[in-house]
Amino acid sequence: MNRVPVFNADGRPTREGLVQGFDPRLRIAAAAAFAVVTVSLHRLDALAVMLGIAVLLALAARLPLGPTLRRLAALDAFMAVVLLTLPFSIAGTAFLTLGPLSASWEGLFRAIEIVLKANAVVLTVLALAGTLEVVTVGHALAALGAPRKLVHLFLLTVRYIGALRDQYAQLRDAMRVRAFRLTASWHAWRSLGWLFGMVMVRSAERADRVLMAMKCRGYRGEMHVVAEMRLTAADWLAGAAFLGILAAVAAWGFLG
Amino acid sequence: MSDAFFRLRGLTFAYLGSGRTVLDGVDFDLAPGERVALVGGNGAGKTTLLHLMVGLALPAAGTVEAFGKVREAEADFWDVRARAGLLFQDPDDQLFCPTVIEDVAFGPLNLGKSRHEAVAIARRTLAALALEDFADRITHRLSGGEKRLVSLAAVLAMSPDVLLLDEPTNALDAAAAERLTAHLQALPQAMLFVSHDRAFIEQLATRAVHLEDGKLSAAEIHAHPHTHVHSHFHVHAPGMADHSHDASAPAHPDHEHGAGSSND
Repeated sequence: MNRVPVFNADGRPTREGLVQGFDPRLRIAAAAAFAVVTVSLHRLDALAVMLGIAVLLALAARLPLGPTLRRLAALDAFMAVVLLTLPFSIAGTAFLTLGPLSASWEGLFRAIEIVLKANAVVLTVLALAGTLEVVTVGHALAALGAPRKLVHLFLLTVRYIGALRDQYAQLRDAMRVRAFRLTASWHAWRSLGWLFGMVMVRSAERADRVLMAMKCRGYRGEMHVVAEMRLTAADWLAGAAFLGILAAVAAWGFLG
Repeated sequence: MSDAFFRLRGLTFAYLGSGRTVLDGVDFDLAPGERVALVGGNGAGKTTLLHLMVGLALPAAGTVEAFGKVREAEADFWDVRARAGLLFQDPDDQLFCPTVIEDVAFGPLNLGKSRHEAVAIARRTLAALALEDFADRITHRLSGGEKRLVSLAAVLAMSPDVLLLDEPTNALDAAAAERLTAHLQALPQAMLFVSHDRAFIEQLATRAVHLEDGKLSAAEIHAHPHTHVHSHFHVHAPGMADHSHDASAPAHPDHEHGAGSSND
């Protein structure tokens, strides 16, 4: 998720693109619809069009070039193994023979298909959903009818993951100022075990205190989401247009 | 006093694991208009006493009477918690919602207010503490002093009759503590507050109780009328001094000293 490490002081996105003006629910739903259509397409030309749409969305969201490319590179590096082995592992017409191994056209096309799909989907999610404040993602999911318990679990995680990290960093620093260095010794492993154990204990205690604080304010197991979202005419229009484009590409990809 | 908000009688509490008795027959009354300081050493059971009052812990013996009724089970304490707001020692424990407005509206929503009403109450409460600009801020990015005031707002949004404050000035700098004190002084609620902060106790308390070895006793708060000359350690930037010193102070190159006597 794009915004997690780069929170602004006021929690607003650093740059406002065209995409940022639309309703969060619409953006999440659009990203989901885009992903579903993309993964079900098999024609390379149709997938190339989807990747083109994804690039346009990324431009409209004014995604920062460097970080976005780094994220895509991480994804592609992860898939490189699959891509390199697929031509050799799928049977078909050979285009290259290396001793006992032969690479097939079918395998190569399948590899290209996967690369196109993955990059198109990830780029779209970055552009549409990744530009949302994490908290807003939670609210939008609630508004879209996601199970309340999951949404609250998500929001509490967002709220406390920082506190946990601080706790960990604090203990880690406390070890460091007493000259702890990570070596391959029993002492180091035992100390690390205590560090993680202590983070767990403190988290559990904090969870107890948070629950007590919630009870003090009348919590009896039910959570309420305050955020209100309204779809504007522009949202409806953009949503319909996007759906239209997806339907057109899908029709062409499946029927054409 | 039958109109007391709280009447605690013979409260005894021991930790489950160790069996150590932290409270041993504690009696305490809190009446409307009182602001009581609860003092005592670390681990004396001050926090435990606050928790017993709102049912976060249950006593081994003794009774908690709150708002005219004896409270024994979890369900008995639901309305107590709405009428006696507990401010936790660590505001990070209290502010669990992602945004300030949600956190402050959490209590009113639980009390059955509609979303619209709850948000209106939250905004009013924030405005009363001069925090209206914080409504849409992300809670975990607030400073320590801001978190403290927002968690106070979260408690006040339930319009309690009593405030239970667990070391409210803890970890606040002088300016934030002063601001908090000023807000608390202006509030009509009865209060029981744990504090080690003498200045804070002096400014806020109408009486004090002392917890030691499991026993609660009345403590005196008083000021001795006396005059003396003493030295204060202080730090200021060169040339910024708006005061003078007596002759015993080390030489300052940038301002004059008075011709005073020696220190004591």
